[in-house]
Amino acid sequence: MEEEAQSGVIKKFLYINRRAPHGTIYAHEALEVVLIGAAFEQDVSMAFLDDGVFQLKKDQNTDQISTKNFTKTFSALEMYDVEKLYVEKESLDERGISADDLAVDVKIISSDEMKQLITDSEVILNF
Amino acid sequence: MLHTVNKSPFEKNSLETCLRLSGKDSSVLLIEDGVYGALKGTKFEATVKESLNTVKMYVLGPDLMARGLDKNSLINNIEIIDYQDFVKLAVENERIQNWL
Amino acid sequence: MPIEVNGKSLEVDEEGYLSNLNDWEKDVAEIMAKEDGIDLGEDHWEIINFLREYYEEYQIAPAVRVLTKAVGKKLGKEKGNSKYLYELFPYGPGKQACKFAGLPKPTGCV
Repeated sequence: MEEEAQSGVIKKFLYINRRAPHGTIYAHEALEVVLIGAAFEQDVSMAFLDDGVFQLKKDQNTDQISTKNFTKTFSALEMYDVEKLYVEKESLDERGISADDLAVDVKIISSDEMKQLITDSEVILNF
Repeated sequence: MLHTVNKSPFEKNSLETCLRLSGKDSSVLLIEDGVYGALKGTKFEATVKESLNTVKMYVLGPDLMARGLDKNSLINNIEIIDYQDFVKLAVENERIQNWL
Repeated sequence: MPIEVNGKSLEVDEEGYLSNLNDWEKDVAEIMAKEDGIDLGEDHWEIINFLREYYEEYQIAPAVRVLTKAVGKKLGKEKGNSKYLYELFPYGPGKQACKFAGLPKPTGCV
């Protein structure tokens, strides 16, 4: 593992996000891990499925629940060279959410395409 | 009786169980991730609408706002309330059942 | 050890970063800078203000390479490079400037 890192092997990382944003700490933690991991210059993709799609809902405002609105940070991912965000269409449909409801540019893909993405990934981290 | 649900219906069946088992004229308050149950266009919309014939439903406004949702996102006849209303509901009802 | 600013005692973490972002005022930066032996000039303030705006928009303190890139975009190439930023903030533009700006330690700073 260490040798590989030193010789600069780039692996395909996939972060899978399946939790709603504010009820638990998972979504916020995942984002922190992605930002820290970005320093290692790997090939990073993020997948949003199930309740994870709610993380990307635009206009979130946490002023009244006194927590940090970490969802604003999704807009900074591009500057960390994390540019591949995938959202499963079936998860959106089930929740009555459309592409227009999302705060950042994402690629909306089908379950079949999501299956392929997962199959092709070398390191998968689940949140 | 006041029932509260704080889990997303997509992740746990708390909302479905609550609606199945809450008596006539109960109040059901959706808080935290429970507010997603009040969204229109979801696969739970029919169940929620059906329940609105027998129970009164509320969502907590601050939790709704935190998730980027507002009254336009909601099924009709679900009332948005604030923290003070929450306290009032808790006082008005003799018992509170939390569906965790 | 809290820091004393204008008669108020402000809580900081073990590395000297403000515990509460809302405690920040300009004198916080001045006092922290003095401790590090830096006299804050216009160029320092430009970066400190930039960081505060960045945090307001994205809710994170940027890692140094991200800061460098973002400064370059906003303030021009002659400022968006490590040499310029390290001259202003010798302990590291990410860490030190974020501290003066009242932000937490940068995310992704290893």
